[in-house]
Amino acid sequence: MTAENNKIYLYPLWLRIWHGVNALGIILLILTGIRLQYSELSMLPMDFGLAVQMHNIVGVIVTLSYFVFFIGNLVTPNKKYYKIKPKGLVKRLTKQMNYYISGLFKGEESPFPISEKRKFNPLQKYAYIFVMYCFVPLAIVTGIALLFPELIIEQVYSVSGIFLTAVLHGSVGFLISIFLIIHLYVASIGKNPLDNFRSIINGYHDVHPTEKDKKKEK
Amino acid sequence: MSILIRSILLTAFLSVGIVSSGQGKEMPAENSHCLSCHAKQTYSFYNDWLEVETKRMMNPFYILDSTLMVAGVHGGFSCTDCHSPDYETYPHNAELKLEPLATCLDCHGGDETYADYQFDKIEEEFHKSVHFQQSGESFTCSKCHNQHYYRATARTSNQVSEIVSYNNNMCLSCHDDVLKYQTVSSGENPQLSQVHDWLPNQKLHFENVRCIECHTVVVDSFLVSHNILPKEEALRNCNDCHSSNSMLKASLYKYENLQARSEEGKIGAILTNEAYVIGANQNPLLKLLSFIIFGLAVLGIAIHWIFRIVKKSK
Repeated sequence: MTAENNKIYLYPLWLRIWHGVNALGIILLILTGIRLQYSELSMLPMDFGLAVQMHNIVGVIVTLSYFVFFIGNLVTPNKKYYKIKPKGLVKRLTKQMNYYISGLFKGEESPFPISEKRKFNPLQKYAYIFVMYCFVPLAIVTGIALLFPELIIEQVYSVSGIFLTAVLHGSVGFLISIFLIIHLYVASIGKNPLDNFRSIINGYHDVHPTEKDKKKEK
Repeated sequence: MSILIRSILLTAFLSVGIVSSGQGKEMPAENSHCLSCHAKQTYSFYNDWLEVETKRMMNPFYILDSTLMVAGVHGGFSCTDCHSPDYETYPHNAELKLEPLATCLDCHGGDETYADYQFDKIEEEFHKSVHFQQSGESFTCSKCHNQHYYRATARTSNQVSEIVSYNNNMCLSCHDDVLKYQTVSSGENPQLSQVHDWLPNQKLHFENVRCIECHTVVVDSFLVSHNILPKEEALRNCNDCHSSNSMLKASLYKYENLQARSEEGKIGAILTNEAYVIGANQNPLLKLLSFIIFGLAVLGIAIHWIFRIVKKSK
């Protein structure tokens, strides 16, 4: 952290590129996915065949980009932000939750301010772990299965294997969409609603001096 | 006592009779005379002129599969119910080849027993079809429905995959067979995979949907529409099937034997799904749940946002 400009370099270039590709991809997957599942709503005036093709191609791109994230998180220092620490987890999550529900409005400081050591607050961290290591892989595996239906077990008791896989794929896709909405909203919480969006593009996070820091400086 | 035993035996005998008749027909014994040659690759006869026992190869087009025959709708028929009794002697009289064979409507026209099949309406529909328009009377029912083997799978099978493959093979028996195609048309049969190039996941569609789903006019009062359309008028709109009011519900999934799984709003329908069609298989429970979760998320965000704005303006 350089004291003069109060900026920390939080998001390395590879991560920002991955995040950009992933973000665009996921948005396209959600839109085309809704188009395919709810075609009668005619929300998106897109040809069905085109939507299928786009969903397939973008799905493959997002899968490849997932491996960039996965490997990047294995070999770069970025992995430290994703370490699960079960001790006092519930307490930390509750603390962050209380901040979002009440503390934020009372003008309290964030209980887990961003630093080079801690990029994510606990809620954020475990939400990302869930999404990136459960939901997205599940969507990828079921997606690949639906792309090559001959891989799928034909029948599970009396239910079609494709049907089960498709329901799982759709459900997990839906949960990712809900994550995206909340992710975008929470990103707007900050001194300026656009701060976090700027950070994920240029890599730097503005550190706003806390009240304590201000007192110290005086 | 003996009366009791006799009545038990009689009941047993009758019930066996009922069970066996329920399992299917038996081929009349007299058919074995014809099938002794026509179910084999070779046949033998005594040549009166040369006074020798002769063995010859059977014309492959005249070889019948007796197992398929028994399983077919006409499995209980004698050969001579339809063919001339003069066929019982060999060599067959050449003139017999010209004998007029009964058409389906000759027997089934105004048929009370099979009123449900609506044979007369089928004929009416068929007359509008491209098959009749192009080939006229020479395009008989048997071009698609092989009288020797035909099974009404759509009514009897409870497996979509069986109905689909059985039905599609009827179309393919000509459309994928140059020889047979040319008995009704002077043109060449179009290459099916090429003309269906535009269709995404072609193989999957071919295996799981009947050709007639897109190539006929769906009529509500009918099980199977026989008005096969010219290819320009075939269905090409994905949404017609891939939507909650999918056309497939009025065609492939309209059969009573399959209906349990296409009924909406039943938990049973989730558990008995044998097939999956994107857009058409909407699970009402999951749909409701997803709307609730989505609504709550948006509501939560909206409330939080309003509080933030209020706080900021203070």
